[in-house]
Amino acid sequence: MKTAHYRTIEGRSAGYYGLLGLLTVIVLAGLAAAHYMEVEGHHVTGMNNQIVWGTPHVFAVFLIVAASGALNVASVASVFGRAMYKPLARLSGLLAMTLLVGGLAILVLDLGRPDRLIVAMTYYNFKSIFAWNIFLYIGFLAVVVMYLWMMFERRMNQYSTTMGYVAFIWRLVLTTGTGSIFGFLVARQAYDAAIMAPMFIVMSFSFGTAVFLLVLMAAYRWTACTLGDAIVHRLKNLQGIFVAGTLYFVLAYHLTNLYAAEHHGIERFLLIDGGVYPTIFWTIQIVLGGLVPLALFYLPMFRRSRIWIGVGAALVIIGGLGQVYVIIIGGQAYPLMMFPGTEVSSNFFDGAVGTYTPSLPEIVLGVGGSAFAVLLTILALRVLPFLPRSLSDADLTTDGGPSAVADEIRSAQT
Amino acid sequence: MADNSNRLQPGRRQFLSKAAATATLLALAPGVRLVDLARARAEDEPVTAAVRWGMLIDTTKCAQGCDACVRACDTEFGLTTSDRPEIDAHYIRKLDIRDEHTGKTYSLPMLCQHCEHPPCVDVCPTGASFRRADGMVLVDKHTCIGCRYCMMACPYKARSFIHEELTTQLSHAPRGKGTVESCTFCAHRVDRGQMPACVESCAAEGHHAMVFGDVNDASSEIGKRVRQVPSRQVRADLNLNTAVRYEGL
Amino acid sequence: MKLVSLGLLGVLVVAAGQAGDSRITEPSWPPARAKFSDIQGCVEPTEVMRKDHMRFLFHQRDRTVHQGIRTERHSLVGCVDCHSGEDQNGKPIPINAAGQFCQSCHAYAGVNMDCFQCHATTPPLQTSASYFPTKIAKPMTVMTLAALPANAWYLSCDG
Repeated sequence: MKTAHYRTIEGRSAGYYGLLGLLTVIVLAGLAAAHYMEVEGHHVTGMNNQIVWGTPHVFAVFLIVAASGALNVASVASVFGRAMYKPLARLSGLLAMTLLVGGLAILVLDLGRPDRLIVAMTYYNFKSIFAWNIFLYIGFLAVVVMYLWMMFERRMNQYSTTMGYVAFIWRLVLTTGTGSIFGFLVARQAYDAAIMAPMFIVMSFSFGTAVFLLVLMAAYRWTACTLGDAIVHRLKNLQGIFVAGTLYFVLAYHLTNLYAAEHHGIERFLLIDGGVYPTIFWTIQIVLGGLVPLALFYLPMFRRSRIWIGVGAALVIIGGLGQVYVIIIGGQAYPLMMFPGTEVSSNFFDGAVGTYTPSLPEIVLGVGGSAFAVLLTILALRVLPFLPRSLSDADLTTDGGPSAVADEIRSAQT
Repeated sequence: MADNSNRLQPGRRQFLSKAAATATLLALAPGVRLVDLARARAEDEPVTAAVRWGMLIDTTKCAQGCDACVRACDTEFGLTTSDRPEIDAHYIRKLDIRDEHTGKTYSLPMLCQHCEHPPCVDVCPTGASFRRADGMVLVDKHTCIGCRYCMMACPYKARSFIHEELTTQLSHAPRGKGTVESCTFCAHRVDRGQMPACVESCAAEGHHAMVFGDVNDASSEIGKRVRQVPSRQVRADLNLNTAVRYEGL
Repeated sequence: MKLVSLGLLGVLVVAAGQAGDSRITEPSWPPARAKFSDIQGCVEPTEVMRKDHMRFLFHQRDRTVHQGIRTERHSLVGCVDCHSGEDQNGKPIPINAAGQFCQSCHAYAGVNMDCFQCHATTPPLQTSASYFPTKIAKPMTVMTLAALPANAWYLSCDG
């Protein structure tokens, strides 16, 4: 096996400082938005007593799901023994941490009483899936820090595979927890489904890999280092499988609901006549975030192009945000079914579809948290050697030896 | 807070009233007590599970178009409306229901059902959402962080989030921006031996559609009634053993 | 308890740092409406209340919210009822307004106070006799601080 050599990025270019400055401005805007929401109260947002979780939660859940998925690449190397991915494991671990921190920052800043964070840290209801998640998130950060340390520190290298297993199991549990936030909710028609947990796991594979691919491609393009086709195409193929897997779970979820008369109302709402939600579902989630990326990844006319692979990964992210939007906000917009078979009305919008328009502060907070994740990433890349010097085809070990590399290159070229 | 005329003047005020009773046993009407003597507690004793507060709502007596209970509740807790009805707090509301197949219409009040197994309590990360020993499901607003997960979990849409700063709170009903709240079964009244405001107003209107009391006490009005007439839980499929039950559905 | 200690520290720092500075005025507030007993002004000795009122309030808060105990002695409503001031027309002034009981001392000590984001700042509309229908009949014994949980801050209490 070849030894990978890692480097920091130089970080003295105008481009680097420009990016740093831009991200800082967005993060500060996000903080200002959060401050505004806290001082004014949530009436300045689009959220209300019908739609209690809004755009900040869409970004937060997306980032948290993507975080555990970003660790995939490292897991593929350590747990599934694919040596080719090994040089990428450090970046994978880094993104897992920064995306999680970004997502959590959004969640915390959206609280009604963010000043009481200490209460969330000191008071636990151990039956709450939210409380479990607090432990899962903090534990995930700790596990990944350990994992990174074992990868960075030569003396600890021997343990990194074991730690990779721990991290892999932890991330599965973590995403099970995230999915179960919705899966455990018996009250609402769109949730209360065991499939939420595994569906979130496959979503995390997909979103995380997409973010990883984009960051990897950007990092190598902007630093003018070599990123070989072999690794990009492998990741692309993996991404394609995850996109297809996500589509499969969405299909299974809706088919199960469609079979039961009890759920016909919510299905009709989400798939046909729910206004903006079916539109987002079909155009953004399914077509832009699913079918188009698959076409870009596998159709002969696109699949060799790095640009189209990048576009595909970006579409997966956009589709993923759409998917989380439909799950979180569409799921709440459909009224609670307290009296099946009746029409219910009240002055509290019972029986009525919840109205929600994302407000500027919410969007700025969500984008700010995402920018925070990227900001942390590019700062870390400058401080510590996360990136391999070269990911050129010749410098990579594939699992089948040199001929496999050749195969990989050949398949990439055809 | 304009009306201050009832306030005790300093000179007349006394901390230690020698004549005071030791137990919270205020008679509602001659011969009727909210709580059975055997289960009564002294004012400085904690509530216990010997009592389970419950409410039985007779939908056949609940008048369509009448919202006396809602108004009484709003007054009791100082709930106000804003220019954005979507963010207003509702502890109790009137549902108008129409059977899709038969066209039959009826009306009923919907409020926190004070479940024995409340989903809101299960999901609350800090334990701010809790169930008191005597069955009241409440929010400890001192530890509520405003995450709204309980609102996601409640099958009855019983909870509201306070979206704006408030300045006109009443002494017995503290409430403030950034926390979640819901029907308290008028704990502050019940603890003093009074009926919840909604029940009182329903009776005052002459409808008597709401009966409140200790369901554990077979001799109480509600205790007798739930043992005699069929009553139903809303979303009985969830098996939450709600303290609010409906008859005539 | 950390908060209270911080508060006390704040008092010391402010007092030490600003000694002789005319901008810092000694807190002053309207007199209480009543005396607790012939020998005692407040519900606990004044020095104890000054230092530890939050411990009593937290303890009472948990007892009231979780156990339905609504005695008057350590209740925040009781504090407001007795300590709030009135304007010339007899209209109550919010107790957290400038120069009033809670605010003047908290401003002096530099300690933040968030009780009144939720709690009423003026006395209850009912008379306190109907608000606290059963006054404590037992002769008062001074509640010792040792009887309170040491870390009453954010600690739910079992009795």
